[in-house]
Amino acid sequence: MRQRTNWPATILLIAGTVFILFPLYITIVNALKTPQETAQSILALPESFSFDNFLRAIELTNFFDAFGNSFYITFFTVIFTLLSNSMVAYAIARNMHKKAYKFLFYYLVSAMFIPFPIIMLPIVKQMSALNLTNPSGLIILYVVYGLSFNVFLYVGYIKSIPRELEEAAIVDGCSRWGVFWRIIFPLLTPMNATVGILTALWAWNDFMLPLVLLSDKAHHTLPLVQYVFQSQFSVNYNLAFASYLLALLPMLLVYLFLQKWIISGVMKGAIK
Amino acid sequence: MLNKIKPNAYLLMVLPALILFFFFHTFPALQGIFYSFTNSRGYGDWDFIGLQNYIHVFQDARARDAYLFTFKFAVVATVLVNVISMILALGLNAKVKFHKTLRGIYFMPNILSVLIVAFIFNYIFSVFIPEIAQNAGIQALSTSILGNPDRAWIGVVIVAVWQAAAFNTILYLAGLATIDQGLYEASSLDGANKWQEFWKITFPLIAPFFTINMVLAMKNFLMVFDHIMGLTGGGPGRATESISLLIYRGGFQGGEFAYQSANAVIYFIVILAVSVFQIRNLQRREVEM
Repeated sequence: MRQRTNWPATILLIAGTVFILFPLYITIVNALKTPQETAQSILALPESFSFDNFLRAIELTNFFDAFGNSFYITFFTVIFTLLSNSMVAYAIARNMHKKAYKFLFYYLVSAMFIPFPIIMLPIVKQMSALNLTNPSGLIILYVVYGLSFNVFLYVGYIKSIPRELEEAAIVDGCSRWGVFWRIIFPLLTPMNATVGILTALWAWNDFMLPLVLLSDKAHHTLPLVQYVFQSQFSVNYNLAFASYLLALLPMLLVYLFLQKWIISGVMKGAIK
Repeated sequence: MLNKIKPNAYLLMVLPALILFFFFHTFPALQGIFYSFTNSRGYGDWDFIGLQNYIHVFQDARARDAYLFTFKFAVVATVLVNVISMILALGLNAKVKFHKTLRGIYFMPNILSVLIVAFIFNYIFSVFIPEIAQNAGIQALSTSILGNPDRAWIGVVIVAVWQAAAFNTILYLAGLATIDQGLYEASSLDGANKWQEFWKITFPLIAPFFTINMVLAMKNFLMVFDHIMGLTGGGPGRATESISLLIYRGGFQGGEFAYQSANAVIYFIVILAVSVFQIRNLQRREVEM
């Protein structure tokens, strides 16, 4: 089909990106400026690139500790989620004709409609009684709470995988576990990518669970650190912006390189 | 015989997950419901007090204001996000140059931390815009909208829309990709204009995506928390205190464990009711179209 470029739409869309990019621009230029330069003009580019703000922000917020915590929590959340949630979904998908498994499926999925605040107060009590108000506790909660949505995604996908493959392997003496790890799990790669991306975005950017759960400052994640230091930032915007930029940078860099994957991963998760 | 002794692999695959899910999700939820009928402060002794907490929530002006604010915010933000996302998706779905780059830019807000985005907008609203307005002599914008109890909610809407439009746009794009292009050729032969084309072909065909978007956006906005923590902290006064924020504050800082548990139960019922209402109504319209 011959179709000419729609220039009005192109131009409007390009103009619209100003709204998206403007907050980032403000953040970047002011992270590089001194308070005096910002006082002269918020919008102007910095006269000389000063990385002082970054150094001070790194020192003040213990950036590398917070980054390490966020990375640790996100990394293990994603690994455990992929390994466990897919397996649960496999068992459910292959037994949906049985009442118990069908019930389990709806039990997990319907929990999506339960707002977190109803759990928030009791779970904090429960976790502190178990000595789990730390990154390990956070990882457990992300993996367990993720079941609701991920099982929903995986079950839909696994149903489309023909059973013949598995039956042949069983006849050859392969166990149910072997079937899952050697045959099904590799076939789940596209859905694993989607679940992995969605889980990573959630665990990395989440603020509410770390806020209520992490008591020790040494365990604080990147968003939580920004919140804790907000009162100290309010007197020095340049320092604040340097800190915000540092906190956003890891995800922005990942996005820059994996943009196509991330968008299609989120899209696939959304259409299900 | 031997087969019977062998443990069922499927059962072993789901059992740990079932136990953990019950223990970390269902059990605390049940506890929340249980304590909502008591006068517990989260520690120490407590007694059953029946429905008193619930009655108090309904009489509580602070709770009423939180519900009013949350609904006003959620409805306005849901409508705006869906209109803007639909327009963006139609634009990105057209034959435009730099298609991939544009899509990449418009999706970017989705990957960023809402809290940090809210902090950045906080600065834009409270320093940048007032300064520009003062220099340009625009009196109405010369003070921070976040400091104005009547207008602070608009700031929250702007941040919410900025961030959430990305995800909804992607969903609409997915919907638009399912439409058979032949339909448009047929309609243009029949002399339909672009406006008719949208309402008669495009919109009915992506109606299921419209339903999902409306339900998800509304549900997420009713739970608004990070945006407000980054922008106003619920202020000025309590002008932008959302239900989640109220439960968090009252429950953790105000010693209102049982009381806010009752509030959370009501909140849960409200969210469920709104979602069910939306799904039923929108699906009925899908069928009619």
